[in-house]
Amino acid sequence: MSQATQQDAATGVIESVSGPVVTARDLDARMNDVVYVGDEGLMGEVIEIEGDVTTIQVYEETSGVGPGEPVENTGEPLSVDLGPGMLDAIYDGTQRPLDVLEEKMNSAFLDRGVDAPGIDLDKEWEFQPEVEAGDEVSAGDVVGIVEETVTIDHKVMVPPDYEGGEVVAVESGSYTVEETVVELDNGEEISMHQEWPVRQPRPAVEKKTPTKPLISGQRVLDGLFPIAKGGTAAIPGPFGSGKTVTQHQLAKWADADIVVYVGCGERGNEMTEVIEDFPELDDPKTGNPLMARTCLIANTSNMPVAARESCIYTGITIAEFFRDMGYDVALMADSTSRWAEAMREISSRLEEMPGEEGYPAYLSARLSQFYERAGFFENTNGTTGSVSVIGAVSPPGGDFSEPVTQNTLRIVKTFWALDADLAERRHFPSINWNESYSLYRDQLDPWFEENVTEDWSEIRQWAIDVLDEESELQEIVQLVGKDALPEDQQLTLEIARYLREAYLQQNAFHPTDTFCPPEKTHLILTTIKTYNDEAFEALDAGVPVEDLVSLDSTPRINRIGVQEDYEAFIEELKDHITEELRGMY
Amino acid sequence: MKEYETINEISGPLVYAEVDEPIGYDEIVEIETDDGRTLRGQVLESSDGLVAIQVFEGTSGIDRNASVRFLGETLKMPVTEDLLGRVMDGTGQPIDGGPEIVPESREDIIGAAINPYSREYPEEFIQTGVSAIDGMNTLVRGQKLPIFSASGLPHNDLALQIARQASVPEEEEEGEEGSEFAVIFGAMGITQEEANEFMDDFERTGALERSVVFANLADDPAVERTVTPRLALTTAEYLAFEKDYHVLVILTDMTNYCEALREIGAAREEVPGRRGYPGYMYTDLATLYERAGRIQGREGSVTQIPILTMPGDDDTHPIPDLTGYITEGQIYVDRDLNSQGIQPPINVLPSLSRLMDDGIGEGLTREDHEDVANQMYAAYAEGENLRDLVNIVGREALSDRDNKYLDFADNFETQFVDQGFDTNRELETTLDLGWDLLSKLPKEELNRIDEEFIETYYVDDEAEEVEATAD
Repeated sequence: MSQATQQDAATGVIESVSGPVVTARDLDARMNDVVYVGDEGLMGEVIEIEGDVTTIQVYEETSGVGPGEPVENTGEPLSVDLGPGMLDAIYDGTQRPLDVLEEKMNSAFLDRGVDAPGIDLDKEWEFQPEVEAGDEVSAGDVVGIVEETVTIDHKVMVPPDYEGGEVVAVESGSYTVEETVVELDNGEEISMHQEWPVRQPRPAVEKKTPTKPLISGQRVLDGLFPIAKGGTAAIPGPFGSGKTVTQHQLAKWADADIVVYVGCGERGNEMTEVIEDFPELDDPKTGNPLMARTCLIANTSNMPVAARESCIYTGITIAEFFRDMGYDVALMADSTSRWAEAMREISSRLEEMPGEEGYPAYLSARLSQFYERAGFFENTNGTTGSVSVIGAVSPPGGDFSEPVTQNTLRIVKTFWALDADLAERRHFPSINWNESYSLYRDQLDPWFEENVTEDWSEIRQWAIDVLDEESELQEIVQLVGKDALPEDQQLTLEIARYLREAYLQQNAFHPTDTFCPPEKTHLILTTIKTYNDEAFEALDAGVPVEDLVSLDSTPRINRIGVQEDYEAFIEELKDHITEELRGMY
Repeated sequence: MKEYETINEISGPLVYAEVDEPIGYDEIVEIETDDGRTLRGQVLESSDGLVAIQVFEGTSGIDRNASVRFLGETLKMPVTEDLLGRVMDGTGQPIDGGPEIVPESREDIIGAAINPYSREYPEEFIQTGVSAIDGMNTLVRGQKLPIFSASGLPHNDLALQIARQASVPEEEEEGEEGSEFAVIFGAMGITQEEANEFMDDFERTGALERSVVFANLADDPAVERTVTPRLALTTAEYLAFEKDYHVLVILTDMTNYCEALREIGAAREEVPGRRGYPGYMYTDLATLYERAGRIQGREGSVTQIPILTMPGDDDTHPIPDLTGYITEGQIYVDRDLNSQGIQPPINVLPSLSRLMDDGIGEGLTREDHEDVANQMYAAYAEGENLRDLVNIVGREALSDRDNKYLDFADNFETQFVDQGFDTNRELETTLDLGWDLLSKLPKEELNRIDEEFIETYYVDDEAEEVEATAD
């Protein structure tokens, strides 16, 4: 968190304390100003002003804090520090680096009242200018480059609130983030460090229609329900249905330049898993360590609830900053329900009139404000960049009719419905193909047709039809048994089984199957289609269905996923299937 | 320390008192009544001039003249290694007639959150000797794995079986001195009989000397239940992270804990969330469950097995629902299996251990563990699915393949899951038993198992093959 300057600090006095909500008297503050509460200086934010009484949500545990203790106003809104050093970092909900906190507190447990800047202020970075003296620059323009990690060049930009002008001094060399690297003729000094209030979107020229997919390497997502770069998606599901694994898979394999992973009110061990795993994994795009493109924000369920409310904003602001540099950023928020619950908890402590199920009436507005910060943008400096937002939702009892799921679905364009029944059958990823949808499908098809294969949408439609037919037939099978169906329908069920087992299912823990490029996704479908076409030919020629469903070759379709050299395997398998079937008549 | 005789409202478990000095949030309070009793409580809300106090022992006997003392500190648990073998009531006072506890230090029971950066990811397999857990939903050190049960089911027997049998085979083999094992038992609102069951078992097996018991019984004040698990966990953290013990914490029954939360919420006239439970119940439960784990550079660990009884067997009820979202999986105890006499009646299908994948496999348990578990899940689910169909069309109408799956499901329940509460199965035995069952399915059906493992472990029954060719 930024070390706010305390020039015109006004002090007030605590009047009451109730959990994370503190009221103070005689505090001269604006809405959303950051304040330091009590003798220990706990960080908080102003959320309500009524007469002489200011209400503050405190980002740290408040036990032991009592009335009469001072409250100090910083006069600045809740902001994040932006600059090189954010990648490969792990923050809490208010952008305090957790590794620095561990060192400063000298304990494995989170103490209170310790502050730390979001980026290392002492570290020196090698600055390479992109402008010369005499160049005109305006707000947002790139003035130089710093190699932040092996993967990412950090672009040093003119802060959005600068006027801009002619460059009068610029020199390459080693600088700390606070030192001036470029001076302008109007006296403005540009350093690598910017601050930005988290609740305010960073400016851009315009939001455009996204046309490129965010390739996730997950067959069911890329193949059936793709999300665009700059798109929004929601993953709702009951506990144990695989939300977090899906989010982790996206964080690992999505072909974004930067990944911001926000663990909002979730399990501590899950974040630890990410911290331990990611440095050892390779970025599929560049082969560099995955952490070199990742920024983690961890506010686990037992960390203060107010910081849980702010962690989502911290994450999206960092994402927007990288978008301004022209990068494609993917933000995973796990879980937005915990965020909504944090709002509910604070709201009820404020004794606000509740809306549906105790959630505040502004729930829907907050959710849409957040998701609207995603998109494919033309930036003020002329580059294009995107922020894709993928939010997990944890509906109580797995009931999708609850307010958070419903309000989210009204905004997002991709819906990946996780299904407890599928999870129970160990069908993973347990994304229900009947309920899920993607409104990006049509606008992304041209990209797939150009870059992967011409019949992308055609063959996908075939697969969807077969799966639809299967779910209808299953209802009949439940009543009369499979053998009572006509032969062609029995065959369809068998084809659909392969679609489910070889195409929709994917083993996230298998070293090869965990990532499936779109080409392989497509080839698996064509293999099943080959079986389909040949088997129906054979059926027409009078071969009994029992023979068609007990081939030697077809069980190997389920093994394609784990093949590294899948092209040769598939070619040989298709031949084998064709040969075997044609040999029957 | 000031004394006040300024109580102006008493409502349910809450007492409101006027004060003329600042009182800290969560501070501990002593209230002395006319008849000389001293009751303890905690500050729930503190504003200028008025504090709300939650009284642990209940408010009966308190009147306006009772004197209120603020101790100026938050609730602390006196901790020492000597706590092992002791029995305490729900507020941490010894009730076993033993010597007074001389604390080595006093720890705040609220407990700070573990920095996620300082955690170590749990991946040490704990063998419970229960096939349905070891084979299918493996428990690892530092995990929080609740038992979802319901009234009338033998969840206590299962918890005891785990507490009795839990071991880390690897360490035993290597003969490492390793860290010692300790059990902390936090009882909230359970009946005297249930408590006796636990205590008798602890005494019978000699487990008591490595246990610490906190017992809040059904007739003890409900509000006290909100402190009991925190005392238990503070003790657990001390033993694990200061004294290098591997601590297993059993908390039962979390449902009673949540009822107490609701009672306090209602008395404070808070805006209720779902089914009247407070809106902050998720956060509150998280501050308990998240106290499980391991920390880098420390030997010990805290593993939690909370037990909860689902009201109306409904797992969408807020208590199991919120718990499931925080804990790393869950074990379901099933009424149907119980009535069939299967012991322990664990239904593996909805059960889950999220940390399983990283705790098993080559070098940890056995190379084929994950594949076997996945295949058995899929096969049992398929068999279970077919049972509905059998009810309608009968077994004869089903194909040979379907019948094999039905047999599998039956055998799975009667041979794999059913083992009795006194049998301690080695993991090898569990996995081999799994292969015995899987080998009754045709090889081609085992599509979730690596071909190599099928080669090694599949039990080819030649007699059956001959029969099959003769068909």
